[in-house]
Amino acid sequence: MIYTQSPLAIGLFCFFVLFVLGLSFYMSRRTQSAEGYYAAGGNIHWFTNGVAFAGDYLSAASFLGICGMIATAGYDGWMYSIGYLAGWIVALFLVAEPMKRLGKYTFTDALDSKFNSKSIQLMAAISTLLVSVFYLIPQMVGAGVLVQPLLGLPHWVGVCIVGIVVTIIVATAGMASTTYVQFFKGALLLIMSTVVVIAVLFRGLSTTPENNGQPYHDFKTLHADSALVLTEEGYTTVAGLDSELGKAGFVKLEKDGQETIWHLVKADTGYTLEEALFVTKMADGTKLFNGAPAEEGKFFPVGHIKELRMNGEEVTATGAVGPFAYLSALKDSTIVLWGKKYVKQGDKTLTIYYQKPTPGSRVLRPGLKFKVDNATGLQKFNFMSLMLALFCGTAALPHILIRYYTVPSQAAARKSTIVAIAAIGFFYILTLFLGMGAMTNGVINITDNNMSAPLLALSFGVVLFAIISSLAFATVLGTVSGLIVAASGAIAHDLMDNFMGMKMTDRGKVRAGKISAIVIGCIAIYLGIVFEGMNVSFLVGWAFAVAASANLPAILMLLFWSKTTARGVAASILVGLISSLGLILVSPDMWVRYGKLPAEAPVQFNSPALISIPLSFLALVIISMMTQKDVIKGHSAERA
Amino acid sequence: MGHGPAVKLGKDKAATYKTRLGVKMFIVYTLVYATFVILNTTNPKVMESIIFGQTAAVIWGFSLIVLALVMAVIYNRLCTNAEEQMNS
Repeated sequence: MIYTQSPLAIGLFCFFVLFVLGLSFYMSRRTQSAEGYYAAGGNIHWFTNGVAFAGDYLSAASFLGICGMIATAGYDGWMYSIGYLAGWIVALFLVAEPMKRLGKYTFTDALDSKFNSKSIQLMAAISTLLVSVFYLIPQMVGAGVLVQPLLGLPHWVGVCIVGIVVTIIVATAGMASTTYVQFFKGALLLIMSTVVVIAVLFRGLSTTPENNGQPYHDFKTLHADSALVLTEEGYTTVAGLDSELGKAGFVKLEKDGQETIWHLVKADTGYTLEEALFVTKMADGTKLFNGAPAEEGKFFPVGHIKELRMNGEEVTATGAVGPFAYLSALKDSTIVLWGKKYVKQGDKTLTIYYQKPTPGSRVLRPGLKFKVDNATGLQKFNFMSLMLALFCGTAALPHILIRYYTVPSQAAARKSTIVAIAAIGFFYILTLFLGMGAMTNGVINITDNNMSAPLLALSFGVVLFAIISSLAFATVLGTVSGLIVAASGAIAHDLMDNFMGMKMTDRGKVRAGKISAIVIGCIAIYLGIVFEGMNVSFLVGWAFAVAASANLPAILMLLFWSKTTARGVAASILVGLISSLGLILVSPDMWVRYGKLPAEAPVQFNSPALISIPLSFLALVIISMMTQKDVIKGHSAERA
Repeated sequence: MGHGPAVKLGKDKAATYKTRLGVKMFIVYTLVYATFVILNTTNPKVMESIIFGQTAAVIWGFSLIVLALVMAVIYNRLCTNAEEQMNS
């Protein structure tokens, strides 16, 4: 895909960056004390904090990853939205008020509030750091993905811009500036996403999607007999039924010097040939798109409806429709999704994207990405494990939990969570329309679906694209700020101040936090460059699994089981961390990254939560029962 | 050791009531969510059936999101009432 840089987009991007930097310098006056730096003085209004929660939570994974996944896999992408939102119920009903009551700057404070235990301080700080780093990498990679179409700069420059800007934000004003950056970003993201969805509904559905005045590529269909003799003239067969391509269900044809690949579909009397897209990876690593370098623009955006039905009749366009009529028409129509196959041709590797016409009712129910139809026990286990991780992960994410310390009371903590649920729930409803809009408006870059939402905006004109892309970049800035505050708190407050017992003045604690933020910022830049090309939602799912396994059992048992001991809490975090990380490292997805076949992986599931969360609970119960003598009378865990 | 909240909090006599209410409401939502996940896992074709002109999966998704907000508002209302009565 070729993107043209717009001066408006560049101008808006610069405005956002300068705005957040200006805000940080203004806020830096409020961060002379440790309370100011780590908890924004504890006096943020609950509504501001609630929207900032949404800003923190709606990261690159939500805005770019989920919309992209819905655009290519339909309802399965929306399952992430449903799971992520359900996690806020755990946060509201079980965690919000106790976290506010027990903690000070970090979630380690809350865990350690009754014990003053070195092992809890160490384990919780390590867990915070690991989860934050897992979460940081995809955000930084997302930044790199965004700057290419937005500013025309290479991936590493985008990562460096985010790293430097965020480190300045955090190092100048800590949680105060981070909160207001999140507030503005969260509010703008909701408003502008609503604008795009309204535009999608006004445009309605069509079998010939518009794309900012560009005609949608006419994907051709040819016909041939069983010997592959074409009824259409002018085509010469380059690779036929006996070739490697033919064995994989494709043929390569040539016409007017242009080579094309076609998907073979068995028909009553021979074959139907459907035009496909293909990427050729040469032996030296260079890539050709539909047989030509990317600059020649021969690789087309995709996403269209094959048969559009509205109120029982086949139509070519619906005109403006309401949200439910939009989904209903999609359900009754046939949508062209895109399958992917790899074919080896000598020292070249072809990645072929072929059309898969799919009933809308099938797209709007689970099963296209997650294997649930006729699934094996292990595949069902994998799906349930992922949904458990999403449900349990939210209330265990350190950068979310520290936001409870920025409000003045428990009631404010509760109310800000409700504002977050309203804002995030509304946004996740919008993601369904953003994703389905991209799926049917001919905007998807099939080689990288992360850009689906910004490219959908581009189909309405460059102004909307500029605003949405800049906001997406601000999304990354905001989430990375929150993560760096959480991680710097783990180092400066939990490790240096509490665990090592370094006696620091209030100003010294702030200085330690700022230096930690700079160090973590540098590490984040490095990791963002190293992990270029990784799917942005890939590590986020794992971050949820690790957080849910390491942190949530400890938090819940501390609150609801009076026999919980310090060693039990530390053991629970340790077992949760080791089991979740260990299972991830031997999972099929990681096996592919090691260059091995996924079927050879020691475990055959990718989501560890259904094993690691129970293990973490079990470790806490067993170790607590073994160490009951440690319980100091009168220090029993908080009861209901 | 720097523990305790960043701002001074008064004693909350409604804490016990709020915690019990939170647990009950958590159990209700968890059961609905678990039913959704189990249905998707064991009988995914049911999610393709049509209810009110939409697939059952879409209705379930919207319902889970709206239910979360409705339960959150009810929880807040009950907690606020309890705080006003018990802490006054």
